[in-house]
Amino acid sequence: MIAEIGQFALVLALIIAGVQVVVPMVGAARGDGTLMAFGSRMAVAQAVLLILAFAALTHGFVVSDFSLALVFQNSHSLKPMLYKVSGVWGNHEGSMLMWVLILAVYGAAVAVFGRNLPPTLKARVLSVQAMIGVAFLAFIVFTSNPFLRLNPAPPDGTGLNPLLQDPGLAFHPPLLYLGYVGFSMAFSFAVAALIEGRIDAAWGRWVRPWTLAAWVFLTGGIALGSWWAYYELGWGGWWFWDPVENASFMPWLFGTALLHSSIVVEKRDSLKSWTILLAILTFSMSLLGTFLVRSGVLTSVHTFASDPARGIFILMILLVTVGGALSLFAWRAPTIRGGGLFAPVSREGALVLNNMLLTLASATVLLGTLYPLILDAASSGASRVSVGPPYFNATFAPIMVPLVAAMAIGPLLAWKRGNLRAAARKLMLAAAAAIAAIAATFIAVPDGPALAPFAIGLAAWIATGTLVEWSARIKLFAAPAAESWRRLTGLPRAASGMTLAHLGLAIMIAGITGASAWRSELITTLAVGETAQVKNYALTLQAVENGRGPNYNFERGTFLLTDRNGATIVMYPERRFFPVAGQSTTEAAIKTTLMADLYAVLGTSRTTPEGTEQWTVRFFINPMVPWIWLGALVMVGGGLLSLSDRRHRVGAPRRKQQHAPGVSGAPAPAE
Amino acid sequence: MRRFLAVFTILAAFATSALVSGTPALAVEPDEMLDDPALEARARELSKVLRCVVCQNQSIDDSAADIARDMRLLVRERLVAGDTDSQTIDHMVARYGDYVLLRPPFQTNTLALWVGPPLMAVVVATLALLFFRVYQREQGARTGPEPLTPTDRAQLDAFVEKLAAEPGRPRRKNSLRAEINHPFGAQEGDGGESDNRTT
Repeated sequence: MIAEIGQFALVLALIIAGVQVVVPMVGAARGDGTLMAFGSRMAVAQAVLLILAFAALTHGFVVSDFSLALVFQNSHSLKPMLYKVSGVWGNHEGSMLMWVLILAVYGAAVAVFGRNLPPTLKARVLSVQAMIGVAFLAFIVFTSNPFLRLNPAPPDGTGLNPLLQDPGLAFHPPLLYLGYVGFSMAFSFAVAALIEGRIDAAWGRWVRPWTLAAWVFLTGGIALGSWWAYYELGWGGWWFWDPVENASFMPWLFGTALLHSSIVVEKRDSLKSWTILLAILTFSMSLLGTFLVRSGVLTSVHTFASDPARGIFILMILLVTVGGALSLFAWRAPTIRGGGLFAPVSREGALVLNNMLLTLASATVLLGTLYPLILDAASSGASRVSVGPPYFNATFAPIMVPLVAAMAIGPLLAWKRGNLRAAARKLMLAAAAAIAAIAATFIAVPDGPALAPFAIGLAAWIATGTLVEWSARIKLFAAPAAESWRRLTGLPRAASGMTLAHLGLAIMIAGITGASAWRSELITTLAVGETAQVKNYALTLQAVENGRGPNYNFERGTFLLTDRNGATIVMYPERRFFPVAGQSTTEAAIKTTLMADLYAVLGTSRTTPEGTEQWTVRFFINPMVPWIWLGALVMVGGGLLSLSDRRHRVGAPRRKQQHAPGVSGAPAPAE
Repeated sequence: MRRFLAVFTILAAFATSALVSGTPALAVEPDEMLDDPALEARARELSKVLRCVVCQNQSIDDSAADIARDMRLLVRERLVAGDTDSQTIDHMVARYGDYVLLRPPFQTNTLALWVGPPLMAVVVATLALLFFRVYQREQGARTGPEPLTPTDRAQLDAFVEKLAAEPGRPRRKNSLRAEINHPFGAQEGDGGESDNRTT
């Protein structure tokens, strides 16, 4: 019964979304306030209905209603409650329902919080948002209905995969979706502005917080996924340039570019057409990601072709959305007049460089991701190549190095026209820090890859450069402490947010370098009581014991690590066997310290001809790996801090109206 | 805001948990490994650039599949037989096709793949150059200020004299004038001062 309510709510949401496409758009064209206001109400109604549908599906999973086909396939009565709930989005139908739910919630958020938006712009944004909603709701209703029933209902479900029962995997998809569906806001604002024919600084101000929120979620989601892979896969890899990862990384790169270019729109009323184009491209990447992940095209181009209903549907959505938006852009963009002029060496110029390099990086990832699929399809399978990590490392890193190098300089340049020499003078300290870091790294790790110390130097360069810029703003040490404190409290949170986010990247770069350059590993067999040497540690397998968990049996090793000073660490990696599912998992034991992760895995055992039982033991020292996720957390923190800036708060009363002519209540005539 | 905090707390909570679960994707087994550490190190490096041909985007170094094990053993066999790294790779390509290479070879069907990024870099750089050279100047001509009248010019000159005479401002008149004439620096080095006075 509850599932039928969900089904009904889903179909009703589709109908309402359909009306929401038309009514506010007509209202905006006619200048009819009643019709425009109707859009807000429908956006809220659509979100409420989808929450209802999602709750109905969740109820099915929670009470293990196996008469629902989806619950039968993806759940089991013995699953812990957390994983029954996360099972809702751990499958195709449920994850698509979550996709449209998030889309509708963003739309409703504009309706509720966007009180100070010009009514026509708001109506058009809601209409465009509903167009995306209609497409995906139709996709769900017609090809991926989550509420199909089974008759008779089976006694128990089949979805008891212990590998999927992990908190990281449970929360990774919602965060990721909040991120890349969040870019639909920037898209809807861009398309609405093109229809409206007016883009001004205020537009940039409205788009920024939404883009920032989406970016924060996406950063968190990608980091969580990467961290999950790190501990989940049992050997410490954290990024694989896998197409599924790239699918979320491309919107992130474009979104990061958009975040920066919208600053120029807001502050300087410039780069407007480019920012609109970026907003369209960013969401296109989100749609492309959805297509890649949800169509099955990645598993094999050929299985995709043999069961095309879903894939073709999403492909059509992708083509119509992107094609339509780009055509609109081509038609309307020439009417957008640029605002403020700027010299190549200026804050704007630096942000243009940021955009060029991020776009280039994203295009390269796109090429590498799609190339094997296109080649395979074009040659009907006769010509197949693999594009793996060596390709991406070779093409991506050379683009990132200048980006990161310029990152310390950009914030020090003035708007309109910057002074490179003055910036360089201020960066002497950063240059010194970079050289010191390179030298220190060479001395500390003389036998590593030759480029690694330079990467550490680069991290020190941005970290110091960013802090130099921040301390110059508050006149740290240059003025009395009280004056610095007054300046700090007066500093816009967006500025401190930028500092924090850039610092986060520095930390992450150091982590990535350490993890890829100086990893040590030991793969061997040990009997109980035997010891092996890894770097500075003596690793002893002290004991292996058997036991019983809630729904599994386990074999637990006790590893004693003794370093050269005699200090000891005990680690307990496990192997678990789940009798009901007939599967086993390994539980790596990870000891995180500031400078490295110690990572221990207990493998299978075998008995030697002499009768001793030996276990395969894997032990890794992953230097600086925790910094990767620490850096991501700091970046997320910077984004949140920036988002809490009152200037970014959508709907917050504006204090300094006279300073922002574009925001003034009276609509400025289109230029 | 509260929602963000919740997410933040969750992330932080994850970051502190030490014992975590995982799939048994255990690749290289001790019994496969070669006794000669130098040879074994080469085998590992080669394994990282060879794809497990039945896996989704996994190298044979990472994959626990049976065929990956066979491929790892084959690599080691070749190395023990005295093959160089490139001979070993060639052998694997002869046996499994280009598909086995995670770093695609530079050849006709991958031309776009390798030429693409540098080509795009050139296109992006050209567009940026055009933006500064053409678009900005055009916009400047369209929306820029009216040309200076002789009176304005005289006033400006007087101002420059005054600024240059100020103590503690060691700026030369020429640089001040240049800045006034080219406020955005976009025309640097293309015709000197005189052209701007007439526009």
